[in-house]
Order: sequence, then C-alpha cells, then structure tokens
Amino acid sequence: MTSQKANFTRDYVWPDDDLTVIPDWVYTDQVVYEREVERIFHGPTWNFVALEAEIPNAGDFIRSNVGPTPVVVARAQDGTIGVFENRCRHRAAEFCRELSGSANEFICPYHQWTYDLKGNLIGVPFRRGLGGKGGMPADFKLQDHGLPQLKVTAHRGVVFASYCDTMESFADYLGPEVLREFEATFDGRKLTVLGHYRHSLPGNWKLYHENLKDPYHATLLHTFLVTFGLLVAGNRSLMLADKSGRHGVMASAKSDAKSVTGDAKKEMRSFKEGFTLHEPRLMDFVEEFDSPWSVTMATIWPNLIVQREMNTLGIRQIVPTGPHEFIMKWTMFGFEGDDEAMTRHRLRQGNLMGPAGFLGLEDNEAIKFVQDGMQRVPDGKHLVKLDPQTPVGTADTLISEAAIRAMYRHWRQQMGL
Amino acid sequence: MLDSPKPNPPKADAPKTLADDRRIEALLLHRELEEFNNSYAAALDELRLMDWAEMFTDDAFYVVISRENADRGRPVGLIYCENKGMIHDRAFAHENTEMFAPRYLRHIIGNLQVLGEDQNGDIRARANYVVVQVLFDRPEAKLHQVGVYYDKFRRRGEQLKLAERRCVYDNLLVDNALCLPV
Repeated sequence: MTSQKANFTRDYVWPDDDLTVIPDWVYTDQVVYEREVERIFHGPTWNFVALEAEIPNAGDFIRSNVGPTPVVVARAQDGTIGVFENRCRHRAAEFCRELSGSANEFICPYHQWTYDLKGNLIGVPFRRGLGGKGGMPADFKLQDHGLPQLKVTAHRGVVFASYCDTMESFADYLGPEVLREFEATFDGRKLTVLGHYRHSLPGNWKLYHENLKDPYHATLLHTFLVTFGLLVAGNRSLMLADKSGRHGVMASAKSDAKSVTGDAKKEMRSFKEGFTLHEPRLMDFVEEFDSPWSVTMATIWPNLIVQREMNTLGIRQIVPTGPHEFIMKWTMFGFEGDDEAMTRHRLRQGNLMGPAGFLGLEDNEAIKFVQDGMQRVPDGKHLVKLDPQTPVGTADTLISEAAIRAMYRHWRQQMGL
Repeated sequence: MLDSPKPNPPKADAPKTLADDRRIEALLLHRELEEFNNSYAAALDELRLMDWAEMFTDDAFYVVISRENADRGRPVGLIYCENKGMIHDRAFAHENTEMFAPRYLRHIIGNLQVLGEDQNGDIRARANYVVVQVLFDRPEAKLHQVGVYYDKFRRRGEQLKLAERRCVYDNLLVDNALCLPV
C-alpha cells in the first residue's frame, strides 16, 4: 500500500493528457477507487442521502450511504435532519440494522451504547464500573464520542450530506442551469414515495454517469425510446453540462415517431417500423412541468440521478462497493395531489425504468458488458471522440460525448491525476 | 351357499358423503393448479413468452414487486401490468426488442396452497417460487429470485387463467437486471 501510494502519480498517467481517450485503470483499479472514496465521496461534494418524504416525522430514520460508507439519516425532535455514521464509537458495530423506521434513540445491540436522534452519545452502561471496579476511564466524556456527523442540506425535499465542512451552498454547487432543471422536476409540490428498486450492477460507478451523459447510446440502444419518439436523433434535445463539468442533464422533447427522417431511421437499427403497443397509455405524456422537455435525466455529482421520464419520476442513488461493482437504490415518487389515475399512470409508465424496465434493463446490461470488456482484455483505452466541435461541455447534438469529457476534466482535478 | 354370511362390503362401495366429495374436489383443484404452475414454469423456461401471456385473463393484473415495497404498502413493481395487453407487450418486447445477454432460466414453483374462493368464483392461491439463472459467460447457476406468487385463478371454459399474479420477491437486490418475467 505504501509503495503504491508513493508511485501513485507515476503509475497512473492519463495518456497524452487527452480527454478523448480514457484509460481502463480509471474504472478497474482498487487504488484509484479508494482515492475516489477519499477525494470525491468523502470530499467536497453534496451526496444524496434521502428524500424528506421518507422521514416525515420526528424519530423517523432511514439507512443510507455516502459513497460506500453506511450512514443513518434521522429526523430529530426539533424537526432537523441529521446524518451520521452507522458505526458505534465503541467497537464499530453497524448498529442500525433496519432499512427504515422510527425510534426515540439508537441503541447499539452489542453493548448498548446509546445515541440520540442527532448521533450524540447519551449513554454507556456501567460507565463508572460496578462496586468501584471497572468502567471507563474517569476522563471519558460522552460528548467526545458522538457519531461522526455530516454536514446536511436539503433542497425541495431532497436531502444531501457532506463530509466537507466548508461546502458551498447547494444552489452554487449545482450551478444555475442544472439547478433550473432540478427545480423543474422538484417543482415545490410535496413528494409521495411510491416505492424502491434496488439492484447491484457489475460495473464501475462512473459508467452510470457516463451512460446518462451519452445521448448517442440513447438513440441506438433503446428501441422503446427510438420507436416511440422519446429520444431520437433529430428531436429537439440538449446535453447540458454545468460549468465544472461534474453535473449534467440529458433533455429531450418527445416527437411523433412519424417525424423521424428516413436518414435517421437507416442509422438506427433499433427503430422498429410498425411496432405498436397493445397498451399505448404506457407512452402517454401528461404535461405537468414548467419545462420544454418531456424527458430529463440529471446526473448530480457524485451519487444522484434525477429521472423525469415523462411522468415516471425517480431518483437513483449510487452506492459504490469497489471498482467493479455498485449498488443502485431507486426511489420512485409522485406528488401529493396526484389522483388515483395519475398514480396508476406513473406506475404503468414505470415499466420503462428500473432493473426490469424496457430502458433500464438495457442500460444495466450494456454497462456490465463494458466492465467485462475491461476486465477480460485489460490495460486498454476507451474512445470518447464524438463531436470534436465541442471539446468539453454542453452539446446541442445528441451525437456527442462532450459531457463525458467535461466530467473527466473535473474528475482529474478532484483526483489530482 | 345361500346361508353363508354376507361379507362386509369393501370401503369403495360405501355411500359417499358430502365431506368425501369436498375432499376429492379439493384434491383435484390442487392438482389442477399444480399442473397450471408447471406449465407456467415450462413456458418461461423455454422462452415461449407468447404462450406465457396467454395464461392470463384479459383484465389480469401481473406485478413483480419487492417484499420491501409490499410490506410497506408501496405499489412500485419491477414489472407492472394492468391487463393482458401490457403482458403481451412485455412478452413481445422481451422476445423482439430488448437487448440483454443470453441466459438459461429455471423456474421452480412449490408449496402450493389453495386459500379459498372469492364471491365471483376466483380461486385464491399462493405458491413459493425460485428462479435460477445461468448466464452464458458466468457459467455457474445463481439464485436470481426467490419469492411468493399470490394468485387469483379464474375458469374460462375448460381452462384456468390467471386473473392476478403478484410475484413478491424476498431478495433485497436484483442481480443487475430482471430480463425476463417470473
């Protein structure tokens, strides 16, 4: 480990300083992964941890993660939200075992050290020993042994945490353009949680960001997008990257499939002429947002995706578990005020997304194929050369990889590589 | 020989009681549902997805939902079909448009229990299920899903059809993707 660290910058050199080529070690190397945890997930980033709608009342809590690190998100009696490590200060036991619930305090099951809803240590059994013998040292102070608490911010019901004490505001972190799209989806209505999906994905976590900064694939891989006009080469669309390059929004306005030109059809094998649905309501779009886009996929660095795919809404939380795998937790939601028909519509349209979704399963498979390719033929490189007119940043064509390059410009800065 | 005592009649000739009838009916029904589930598993294992879709009534509800969601009364399903049209669309998509790696699947259905009959004649039942998956490039068989079918069967002429199948799976994580129905 020591020698690896000493050789870090020498061993991990980005080829030719060229952002149009990404080396495999970015995705496959354990040392790089550990540095990502330290510098990105535990660094100056706002990490998504929960929706406020999941912990509406005092005492409500939910287990979550910041990077791979397990945390508890809890609402205290005063209504504030705390985020602290799920690891007892005594012997490191991961004390909170429920996915979510409601509690007055957290008691580690091993030796019953007790923490309040903000993570402060409030009880140590036999702290003074018994009969004058044993116990903790006399100078042991409860207040010095609270659970490490993260900085917390919430915006429109979405809760973020950071290990960094000097974080900029969430609005500044997103930048005005990405914030506008974030607020188009989280438009001020109160959220209602419709349920979760959880799946593992045997690929590097960054590939998920890249997949949603790669509108090129969307026009080729996904028959459902292409055939039903959701995201087609030629649609009005945008691949937005914020100034820093870390965040992105893939946006598209639904068109009629009939408007797809003959030229575009020829390039898209996944276009299925004449494919119709027995249940066409799957693809209905009920206008409900103040936005020119029917579909937006926002990638909020480093661990959040905000999905607004017509009327199926969800957030996806990336939990990396190593260079070769991550866990994805989806929280699908609607809004207070949705009637029965609207909730049904969201659930019906949900067939597009998630690990069995018509689009979602294809993405998961494709990302897995990429990781397989790297692991089985190692030490290669990837090409991200599309759209040289836009070296990095926002692209107004779908046939572009400029947003991926922008992300890696940022990644290299954060990683010092 | 006329005077010889009459032997006791064999049991099979005893007049059948109502309770016997019910027991036989229950056994036949149980067997019929088992046979249905066997055919259901075979259709999926052999990727005859259009045959699979035909096992549902026109107004069938078919959902694959995590136990986490089901226990909390949250309706989101991995697959959420409100009628046979949607089940058909699923079958067509998985057979013709979806991109996923080739695989073998084995559906094993057991522990069938017939729970009762609704007012409209639908038969309520439950059965445990296991889906084992073999990917061509990761040759070991892996447990892909384990759960319970909560069913409503309906008679359509000579045949039984599913009016509802709620597949509630226990595993917290889906291994990458659920590329075929369960």
